[in-house]
Amino acid sequence: MECQECHERKATLHFKHIINGQETKISLCEVCAKKKGYLSYPEEGYSLNDLLSGLFQKDGLNLSSAGTTKSSQSNQSQELKCSSCGRTFSEFKKAGKFGCANCYASFDSKVEPILRRVHAGNTKHTGRIPKRAGKYIQQKQLISSHKEELKQLIEEEEFEKAAVLRDKIRELEKENHQNKEAGDNK
Amino acid sequence: MTLESFINEAISPWMLEDGPDKDIVMSSRVRLARNFADKLYPTSGNQEALEEVLQFIKENYTDPEDTQQDAISFIPMKNLNMIEKLVLVEKHLISPHLIKHSDHAAVLLSENEQTSIMVNEEDHLRIQVYYPGLQLRKALEEAYYLDDWLEEKADYAFDETKGYLTSCPTNIGTGMRASIMMHLPALVLTKQINRLIPAINQLGLVVRGIYGEGSEARGNIFQISNQITLGKSEEDIVEDLESIVNQLVEHERMARVYIYEQSEISLEDRVFRSYGTLKNSRIIDSKEAAICISNLRLGIDLGIIENISENILNELMVLTQPGFLQHYANKALRSDERDIRRASIIRERLNLKK
Repeated sequence: MECQECHERKATLHFKHIINGQETKISLCEVCAKKKGYLSYPEEGYSLNDLLSGLFQKDGLNLSSAGTTKSSQSNQSQELKCSSCGRTFSEFKKAGKFGCANCYASFDSKVEPILRRVHAGNTKHTGRIPKRAGKYIQQKQLISSHKEELKQLIEEEEFEKAAVLRDKIRELEKENHQNKEAGDNK
Repeated sequence: MTLESFINEAISPWMLEDGPDKDIVMSSRVRLARNFADKLYPTSGNQEALEEVLQFIKENYTDPEDTQQDAISFIPMKNLNMIEKLVLVEKHLISPHLIKHSDHAAVLLSENEQTSIMVNEEDHLRIQVYYPGLQLRKALEEAYYLDDWLEEKADYAFDETKGYLTSCPTNIGTGMRASIMMHLPALVLTKQINRLIPAINQLGLVVRGIYGEGSEARGNIFQISNQITLGKSEEDIVEDLESIVNQLVEHERMARVYIYEQSEISLEDRVFRSYGTLKNSRIIDSKEAAICISNLRLGIDLGIIENISENILNELMVLTQPGFLQHYANKALRSDERDIRRASIIRERLNLKK
């Protein structure tokens, strides 16, 4: 069988793509396969990490090619560096790992597309909240649920109950503000 | 060392307990990845930070007076030799990663080896809980309990929208990986597994071999775990995984009945040939051993072979690993030497008949 790309050499490699259940086959020679990016020679077996950092690399490429029109922006993106552990964004892309909790904030805008890709489009945590570190968050959620309740009470013209709840919310908010400050100072 | 005491070492006490669907589901595991808020992660390579975390754990969580926890021992990786470390990996109590970066690493291990907490793996803490059979919920509850216990004395790295901040973006959110180890010989024999794996993958779950990432499904043992950790609650993830596993168990049972009814003689032939190989071979590599052990276990499950404990699969899968063979021999062995040892240990074990 001849190569379907150059129609000169013999096809030695046969690729099968399945995209959304649609199957396509292509037979190529080694030279054309390399040219078309079907072949790469990893030094060792591919690990999940390599695949992941591959994903992130692609992000980087997209960003820098978008940056050719705005070159200053692409320069900035290259210098992105975590202030607490010193990891740069390109180091993160290479290793596929963050170096500390602060990295997430440091690489903020670039992290979200990665998370979306890794977690099937999800970007928001809906699971467990730690008791200590999450006290502030839990209280915040309590406050917002109370506020919903308050709205309901007002609509139902239950003003006495609403007033009690309003005071409770104020108290919680005051308390939570202190909690947050205490947490920030740590 | 006698073979009996050696077997006892290979089998974690929890493995001998009974569990739902234990003939097919070997174990349920829940793993939580956690980091402390104000310390650089192990992935940063900062030795000082790693040592601080190690000391913090040693000082705060190893008190025998601590009634919260029953007999947890603190084992620094530095105190173990290579074979001892390998043995822990083969029992799935620590990860290969922990061995590679063992200077500041340790493991907190419970007496029955049901729970292990790795310190300074890729994350500061990796809480791991095992249960026999299909009991993911119980494993999750136990992991929560340990999670709360660990959190009592330090703040975790946590973000309101991103959840637990793990070092790898694939674990962020819940930081939880729930996984099931199951023996599916009939689905492999009937080739149904080839159809099922892609379907399972589409549901956000991953199927792989017994020793994790990239390993092949040796001896028809498959590991099924959740891929996604962000955007779904722990309970939902566990529920989804359990429902898939339940279906697989059902399919496996049906396939077993089908094979037995359709081709009783050829199934018996397969089982007894494997039994014969295990009982008589003088040299056996791990791949062949895994296949024969799987067939033997299937024979036991179907009542073709009697008088052998059904724990044989769990036992021999661990006993015939390189680390254990070397541990038993009490010296390092080349791979051809291991194949001889493997054959002899299997023969001895089958002679015990229990």
